[in-house]
Amino acid sequence: MIPLDRILISSLLLFSLPAVHAADGQKVFAQGGQNPAAMACLGCHGPDAKGIAAAGFPRLAGLPAAYLSKQLHDFQSGSRKHPIMEPLAKALSAEEIQAVTATLAAMPSEPASASHRQQMAADPVQKLALYGDWNRKIPGCVQCHGPGGAGVGEHFPPLAHQPASYLVAQLNAWRDGSRSNDPNQLMVGVAKAMTDDEIKAVANYFANPVSPEVKP
Amino acid sequence: MKPMILAALALSLGNVHAAPIAMEDQSQLKSAPAAAPGFTPPAESELPDNAYGKMVRDGHALFVDTRRLMPEYVGNGLNCSNCHLDQGRLGNSAPLWGAYPMYPAYRKKNDKVNTFAERIQGCFQFSMNGKPPAADSPQMTALSVYAYWLASKAPIGVESAGRGYPDVPQSAEGYDFKRGEQVYQAQCSICHGANGEGQKVAKDYVMPPLWGKDSYNWGAGMHRINTAASFIKHNMPLGKPGSLSDQQAWDVAAYINRHERPQDPRLVDGSIEKTRLKFHANDGVNLYGQKVDGVLVGQGL
Repeated sequence: MIPLDRILISSLLLFSLPAVHAADGQKVFAQGGQNPAAMACLGCHGPDAKGIAAAGFPRLAGLPAAYLSKQLHDFQSGSRKHPIMEPLAKALSAEEIQAVTATLAAMPSEPASASHRQQMAADPVQKLALYGDWNRKIPGCVQCHGPGGAGVGEHFPPLAHQPASYLVAQLNAWRDGSRSNDPNQLMVGVAKAMTDDEIKAVANYFANPVSPEVKP
Repeated sequence: MKPMILAALALSLGNVHAAPIAMEDQSQLKSAPAAAPGFTPPAESELPDNAYGKMVRDGHALFVDTRRLMPEYVGNGLNCSNCHLDQGRLGNSAPLWGAYPMYPAYRKKNDKVNTFAERIQGCFQFSMNGKPPAADSPQMTALSVYAYWLASKAPIGVESAGRGYPDVPQSAEGYDFKRGEQVYQAQCSICHGANGEGQKVAKDYVMPPLWGKDSYNWGAGMHRINTAASFIKHNMPLGKPGSLSDQQAWDVAAYINRHERPQDPRLVDGSIEKTRLKFHANDGVNLYGQKVDGVLVGQGL
């Protein structure tokens, strides 16, 4: 028999040891990183990290850690440009990025509508979202971003419940080159093929939590 | 009472055996002329609001959401729309408007006439690795009506430009698995996974698996390297058709089709060699029953 106090001490050691080295993701989220320039996420992305729609600040809650981590590293390298996020990301250490993205990925988010491609498109916006426009080599958004824009794996982030103004800004960033970090350049051609009106309409389609594609 | 027992016995026996092969000859038809697709299928807005329009819509739903709507007939992770892009509308992506007017089709090799329903049954048995719905089933009727509608005003019995996947010629040096693997990992794995496993959301595939137990079987047309190369060249990566060179398309098609997948349901006497001789030896470029790096391909999963 091992004495109870020894088990307690060793398990305490086990829990305390990693905390000494690893950054605290929750702390980075709520208070910022070691470097004062690494401001707290919640200031702009909200206390629940669901974004601030009126300001166009995106939701981070529930996004894949690998996707978020890539974005922060891309802000560091400049393949994704943003006046606030670039210096902020550069002030984060690799450990802090790893910790805070894991924290964000674990935060709860509203699920995308559990809808599937099934019915024919009822209008041009739904057609673009579900099926695309192949005359212009535009796949349907959900073909990569998943049913209802839920996101697929670590490379295709959720569109659902992102502020429309954020989605519009990203599509425009691909068009003007200020965002060029899409793997295999899968987004740049799509964004360039879309019109201004289509970009606004399809952004609203996914930002709107009650998706018109849900069947009764 | 006795006849009922017999009937029940006959039914249960029928279930034990695999479904009969609807369209045994899956070998490649003559390919379409390589030219810009000129045909435009009708728009959704042109559909009438009556029983016909409803059946077209039903067929469309089965076509784009096959696995979820027909689980008893689909044995893998695929939908019709995975190989027939844009809901069966896209030229050079085996559009339904190019296929429908070519049936009934006569095949010289086995001196048989195959109907369009039999062709779709072949898709279910091979490409979907499942069971064919009966020719007079509501699902088969809906799928046929959808194809008929897409082919509205197309000429009958004429090989329209854009039908099938236009041939991509094999280069003199053939294909190379190593180069194919490099193309795969650089261009395909982001969607289809590093091991061809596809990607799911919840339990449904969003990006289809390219090999393994949830992909097309060894009898599907896509198992031919030449067919896969043609599909890839004209349709992949999604949204970037024509971006790979002919050589890259052949290399990556060979890499994909060297991997194991479900067995050919026409397996002859349990023998891969007999199956190769009967069904694969004269069917395009394929690896079934051959050794690659000392390993027999076509063992099934």
